Amino acid sequence: MMGCWVLNESLSIVLVLSWLGVNLYLFIDTFYWYEEEESFLYTRVILGCFRGPWRRQLDKNLKFHKLVAYGIVINATIHIVAHLFNLEHYHWSQSPEAEGLVAALSKLGDTPNETYLNPIRTFHTNTIAELLTTIAGITGLLISLALILIMTSSTEFIRQVSYELFWYTHHVFIIFFIGLAIHGAGRIVRGQTPESLLLHNITFCRDHLEEWQAQCPVPQFSGKEPSAWKWVLGPMVLYACERIIRFWRFQQEVIITKVVSHPSGVLELCMKKRDFKMAPGQYVLIQCPSISTLEWHPFTLTSAPQEDFFSVHIRAAGDWTEALCKAFGVEGQPLKEPWSLPRLAVDGPFGAALTDVFHYPVSMCIAAGIGVTPFAALLKSIWYQCCEAQTQCKLNKVYFYWICRDPGAFEWFADLLLSLETKMSEQGQAHFLSYHIFLTGWDENQAFHIALHWDENADVITGLRQKTFYGRPNWNHEFQQVAFSHPSSNIGVFFCGPKALSKILQRMCRVYSSADPRGVHFYYNRESF
Amino acid sequence: MGQIEWAMWANEQALASGLILITGGIVATAGQFTQWYLGAYSIAAGVLVCLLEYPRGKRTKGSTMERCGQKYLTRVVKLFGPLTRNYYIRAFLHLGLAVPAGFLLATILGTACLAIASGIYLLAAIRGEQWSPIEPKPKERPQIGGTIKQPPSNPPPRPPAEARKKPSEEAAGIPTGGPQENPMPVNDEVV
Repeated sequence: MMGCWVLNESLSIVLVLSWLGVNLYLFIDTFYWYEEEESFLYTRVILGCFRGPWRRQLDKNLKFHKLVAYGIVINATIHIVAHLFNLEHYHWSQSPEAEGLVAALSKLGDTPNETYLNPIRTFHTNTIAELLTTIAGITGLLISLALILIMTSSTEFIRQVSYELFWYTHHVFIIFFIGLAIHGAGRIVRGQTPESLLLHNITFCRDHLEEWQAQCPVPQFSGKEPSAWKWVLGPMVLYACERIIRFWRFQQEVIITKVVSHPSGVLELCMKKRDFKMAPGQYVLIQCPSISTLEWHPFTLTSAPQEDFFSVHIRAAGDWTEALCKAFGVEGQPLKEPWSLPRLAVDGPFGAALTDVFHYPVSMCIAAGIGVTPFAALLKSIWYQCCEAQTQCKLNKVYFYWICRDPGAFEWFADLLLSLETKMSEQGQAHFLSYHIFLTGWDENQAFHIALHWDENADVITGLRQKTFYGRPNWNHEFQQVAFSHPSSNIGVFFCGPKALSKILQRMCRVYSSADPRGVHFYYNRESF
Repeated sequence: MGQIEWAMWANEQALASGLILITGGIVATAGQFTQWYLGAYSIAAGVLVCLLEYPRGKRTKGSTMERCGQKYLTRVVKLFGPLTRNYYIRAFLHLGLAVPAGFLLATILGTACLAIASGIYLLAAIRGEQWSPIEPKPKERPQIGGTIKQPPSNPPPRPPAEARKKPSEEAAGIPTGGPQENPMPVNDEVV
């Protein structure tokens, strides 16, 4: 059972594990470098490391981005706490009570011809003042604040409350990366120079302070070069390239070929753009300069690649989408002339294609609520590829499940299903697509109405030939039925919707896949936003 | 940006600041830094801020996701009435709590974060937002017999369903009429 899940996710697991492995190796390598390297022996002495017991998938891109962010936060916390202790120790080493090697090391640099080791030069200061007079301190404080602001405005709750706040605050990362690159410019962490190491034998000299003028010439130190910029330069360049590409695409013309205003405030935009190639399941970023010059919003594509235009369905659910719907004349506004429509810029398409559907002989597509949008593109694409074109298609049966609380906002999708149903039965392929709609938000009045019309041929709410069910699907029953009808096939299960249902479906896939390699096997794929 | 409820972000920021204050305070106290008593203060201030900010306030539009287990603290925070409802008071309280922690290096980040949260709360207060508790909806008691619209007024045997009046087609399903045509006018109890 476990094997099925592991195999499905195996590629992303391997990538994440290798990334974690590289990070772990780098951390351990750098730690030991500071621990063993001779040039840092005296640094370790002052910091008290000898004392005391303490001596620290390109489409799963969003998940990876969050993983990296959490990694940065954890490492930043460790870094900050460690340096807090370091500053205290540096400060204390300058106090009159410090003695022995630590005191001698701290005094280095007071006379001319000596290089200093302890970045805090006197006891008559406090750690805050020391922090705020160094580049490392100021940049460190600034970028920590930037990181915290980004984190608090990126929680799922805030993204729902105001996507714009999340979007704009996130751009503070520019301050973060610039600060990070110059964070080490002050070269506070100092190590013994190689020439000094040759002259000053640390194994002998560290225990023989009295010889320091005679046998042991005074050790010389230099600051460690900043190295963070080497790590961030690559990704920063890549990101800059991406923004340049987006700017170039912004300049490209987008022609709006059709604007449809669907019930319940849904706007359908059909557009054309030069050299635009898409696959079902992908999304685009749309900007409307007349509404906002800085915001790009993601929308799943709802048209099939075989059509000569691409379309998105937009529902007014926030500031920007409401403004867009108004600008395009939705719901009661006077009809707009084509030349008065606002200009749009489109970047994309991005995202994983749902084309795996075609690799299985049988596919189950499950959409919950707004997760139905990628399936609009997919079902249309299936129609073009498997029903209309006379080409041989590996896929020969599609089960589609649509779970929806309120069908009002998705009447356009019901229309799509109706037209597919008609077209398929015209082609004699009525059995190809079997769909089941589940309305989970029904009330008593609706129930009466439905019960009275139960015996009619078409469904009373959607007008479709297959009846709508009320309440949530019984997945055990559904999977059993499908497994029974296709006893020795590989069945792809594609889902788009909330996490809770995803877990249930994954479990169903495991439970109903047979142990026999020739038996029925369910392979789970999840499309996520 | 016009519709945003700033208090929601201020709440997240303040909660994070509380945690940072606690962490900085623990580091300073455990490491026995100079002036570590400020670290102890910072732990106390951080705990107070976290307790105050944990129960999320209700959004004016739409539904609000509650934090796990927040209803117990909601009751406590509600008790303080206008002191916790008003965001001006919260803004100045956070600013006041933040200042002493600013004198210790380990907690200076907490101070900065809490000061920012205080600023956002001030902005929220100026825009007239206030904290309202998320109350659980009172459970609707199922009324016994509430769905019986009208008991049959004739004794059995009664004519079957087909003889009932057909309801009008365009109505979304408001049921009409009783079980059969009655010789006497009978009042319809529509739910």
